[in-house]
Amino acid sequence: MSTAVDATHHDAHHDHKPSGIGRWLFTTNHKDIGTLYLWFSLIMFFVGGAMAMVIRAELFQPGLQLVEPHFFNQMTTVHGLVMIFGAVMPAFVGLANWMIPMMIGAPDMALPRMNNWSFWILPFAFCILLGSLFSAGGGPAFGWTAYAPLSTQYGGDSTAYFVFSVHIMGISSIMGAINVIVTVLNMRAPGMTLMKMPMFVWTWLITAFLLIAVMPVLAGAVTMLLTDTYFGTSFFDAAGGGDPVMYQHIFWFFGHPEVYIMILPSFGIVSAIIPAFARKKLFGYSSMVYATAAIALLSFLVWAHHMFTTGMPVFAELFFMYCTMIIAVPTGVKIFNWVATMWRGSLTFETPMLFALAFVILFTIGGFSGLMLAITPADFQYHDTYFVVAHFHYVLVTGAVFSIMAAAYYWLPKWSGYMYDTTLSKVHFWLSVISVNILFFPMHFAGLAGMPRRIPDYATQFADVNQITSIGGFAFGLSQLVFLWVVIKCAQKKGEKADSKPWEGAEGFEWSVPSPAPYHTFEKPPKVE
Amino acid sequence: MSEQQSYYVPASSPWPIIGALGLGLIAWGASTTVIQASAEQDGHGSTVLFAGIGVIVFMLFGWFRDQINESTKGLHNEQLNTSYKQAMSWFIFSEVMFFAAFFGALFYARVIAVQWLGGDSNNAMTNEVLWPEFVAHWPLVNTPGGTETQAMGWYGLPAINTIILLISSVTCHFAHTGLEQGKRKQLTGMLGVTIILGLIFLYLQGAEYVHAYEELGLTLDSGIYGNTFYMLTGFHGLHVTLGTVMLIIMFLRVLKGHFTPDNHFAFQATSWYWHFVDVVWLCLFVVVYVL
Repeated sequence: MSTAVDATHHDAHHDHKPSGIGRWLFTTNHKDIGTLYLWFSLIMFFVGGAMAMVIRAELFQPGLQLVEPHFFNQMTTVHGLVMIFGAVMPAFVGLANWMIPMMIGAPDMALPRMNNWSFWILPFAFCILLGSLFSAGGGPAFGWTAYAPLSTQYGGDSTAYFVFSVHIMGISSIMGAINVIVTVLNMRAPGMTLMKMPMFVWTWLITAFLLIAVMPVLAGAVTMLLTDTYFGTSFFDAAGGGDPVMYQHIFWFFGHPEVYIMILPSFGIVSAIIPAFARKKLFGYSSMVYATAAIALLSFLVWAHHMFTTGMPVFAELFFMYCTMIIAVPTGVKIFNWVATMWRGSLTFETPMLFALAFVILFTIGGFSGLMLAITPADFQYHDTYFVVAHFHYVLVTGAVFSIMAAAYYWLPKWSGYMYDTTLSKVHFWLSVISVNILFFPMHFAGLAGMPRRIPDYATQFADVNQITSIGGFAFGLSQLVFLWVVIKCAQKKGEKADSKPWEGAEGFEWSVPSPAPYHTFEKPPKVE
Repeated sequence: MSEQQSYYVPASSPWPIIGALGLGLIAWGASTTVIQASAEQDGHGSTVLFAGIGVIVFMLFGWFRDQINESTKGLHNEQLNTSYKQAMSWFIFSEVMFFAAFFGALFYARVIAVQWLGGDSNNAMTNEVLWPEFVAHWPLVNTPGGTETQAMGWYGLPAINTIILLISSVTCHFAHTGLEQGKRKQLTGMLGVTIILGLIFLYLQGAEYVHAYEELGLTLDSGIYGNTFYMLTGFHGLHVTLGTVMLIIMFLRVLKGHFTPDNHFAFQATSWYWHFVDVVWLCLFVVVYVL
C-alpha cells in the first residue's frame, strides 16, 4: 500500500470545471451530480403533477368526463410511481449529494464514479416507464403497488416494462445508498464523531440503511410478478399453491420502510432549518438520533397495516396495529423537539422557515390520520377510501415535498451564489399552503363518507367535495410554476448576491465555504471543535 | 481515519454513463423479449438485450482497467480501500435481502398459503369452496389446480454439491491466506482448485436440473414447490456463475503478478462474495432440500 500519495498529482485535474455537455455526462463531482438529481426530480415533479391534473380534471364532476377508465388507471399508477421514484427519492439523493460531503467535511462522495452511474440510470428507467404509456395496451394501470393478480393477469405488456424499469431504479437506489453510507462512515473530517454530525446526515445514514435493506426485496417481489406473468410460476396464484396475499406481504415489507425512506431525510432538513431561524441549538439532539433509529427499526414490523382487510389471523392484526401505534412515540419525540427548539427562540420567518413550520403542522395532521388508520377495526371503514389518499398526501406532499422546498430555499443561495426572489418565494409559499389544504383536507370527508379511491367515477353526493378538491389541485399545480420561476431566476444568476452564510443562525461546515460553493471543497479536511 | 493523505477523487469518467446505457438497454430489451416471447412474435427484443449485455461487458472492462491502473500507480490510499471494503459489505447485504425475499416466499407458501388452502386455521371454507379434494402437504407435489410432480431429494447430487461448495470455500480461504503470507504457489494452486470446484458445482447443478425436468417432471411451472425450488437454486446458480467468473479474473490477475500481501481489495471482495454464495447455499440446502 502506498502511503505517501503525491498531493500535486490530483490538483492537476481538480482546479477547473470541465466545460460543455461532457461535464454533466461524465462527472464525478458530488455537486454536479447533486444538481443533476435535483433538476431530474424537478422535471419528474412536473410530469407526475401533470398526471395528477388529469386525475383531478376527470374527478371534477361525476360521470366519465375526459378520459377512459383504463387511461385514468394508468394516470393514478404512473403518478404514484413517478412521484415516489422520480421526484421525492431523487430529490433527497440530490440533497444528500450536495450537502453530506460539505456537512461532514469530505472532499467528495466516497465512490464518485458509482455516484454518476446511480444518477444516469434514472433517465433510462423513466424513459422505459413513461414510454410504456405510449405502447400498444398502455402503461401500467394496476396501481403503483402492482398487486397480483391485477398485474399478473390483467396487466398486459405493461407488467414487463414496469418490472424491468423498477429493477434498474432499484439498482440506482441501492448504489446511491451504499455511497451515502460509506461516505458518512468513512469520510468524516477528523473529530467529526457520529454524535456531532448534523441531523440531516444522521437521517440520511439511516435512510440509506433502509434503502439497502428493502430495495432488493422489491426487486424480488417484482421478479416473482414477472415469472408469474410470463414464465408460468404461481407464487401469487392459489391454484399452484401460492397466494395473491403473499405479494402484498412481500411488497409492503419493502413498502413500509419505503415510506420512511421518503420522510426521514425530511426530518433531517427540518432539524437543520428550525434551529437556524429560531437561533437556538436543536433541542434534544441525541433523542432525535435515537428516535430516527427507532422509527427505522419499527418500520420493519408494521408492514401489514396496509392490508388489514385482506385476510390475516386476529393475532397478526393486533400485532401490526400495536407496532404501528408505537411509531407515534418516536415521531412525537421529534415533533416535541422541534417545538421545544422554537420555544423562546428569536424566530424569523424567511421562506425556508415558513415551509418548515408548515411541515411541522401539516405533517402532524398526516401523522394523526395515520394513527386513525392504524386502528384495525377503524381501518375496515377507511381502507381504500379517499381518507387514505388524504393521509398519505399530507405526509408526502405537505411532509416530504414541503421539506424538499424548504431545503431548496435554504440551500439555493449556497448552490447558486444568489439569493432567491424573496417576494416570489413567499407568494409561492402562501399559494401552496392554502391550495394544498383545499386540495387534500376535503378528501378526509369524502373518504369517511365512503368514496373509494382509484375510481374515475363517483356517486353524485361526492360532487361538491370533489369540485373543491379539484380547484385546490389546479391551484396547487399552478403555484408550483412560481417555484420553477424562482429556481430558474436563481440558476440564471439574477438577483442579489448571497454571502457565504446568508442565514444568521445557520450552523455547519457548508456555511464556512463561499457561495456559490467552489467546485471542490474540503480537499483538506476542516477542523472540528 | 487518515488525516494526512488526500482522498483520491477520480477525474470525470465515461464508464458510468455507458453502464447506465447498458442497464437501460438490458431493461428495455428484456421487457420486449418476454413480451414478444409470450405473444410468440419475432422482434428486436433479444437483439437489444444482447446489445445491452455487450455494453455492460465493455463498460466493466474499461472501468476495471482504469481502476487497476490507478491501483498499480498507487493512487488508492488506505481510506479509499476502506470505502471499497465497506461498499462491498453493503452490496453483499443487499444480496442477502434479495434472497430473503425468495426465502420469505418459500416460508409463507409452505407454512401459511398451502396450509390455508388445506383448510387450516379458520380457513375451512376456503378449502370447501375452492378445492375440497385438496389436502395440504409439503413438498407440494399435487397442487390444488391438479399439477403433479415429484420432489427432489437432498441425498445424491445436492449433498455432493454441498460438500463441493463447502470445500471450495475452504480452498478460497487458503488461497487468501497464501496471498497474505506471500505464498504465491499456494495462492495460484488453491485459487485454481476453487475455480474447478465452482465449475463442477455448476455442472452438477445443470445435471440436477436435467434430471428434475426429464425424470421427476419437476419444472419451473409445476406449482409453488417447483417455483421456489427453481427461483432459489436458479438465482443461487447465477450468483455462483458470477462468482466463478470473478474468481477466474482474479486467477488471471494473479498470473499477471497483480496483488500484494497488503493491497488486494479485488481479491478480498471476490473471496467475500464466494463465502456469501456458500452461506446462501447452506441455507438453501437445509430449507429447500432437507426440510
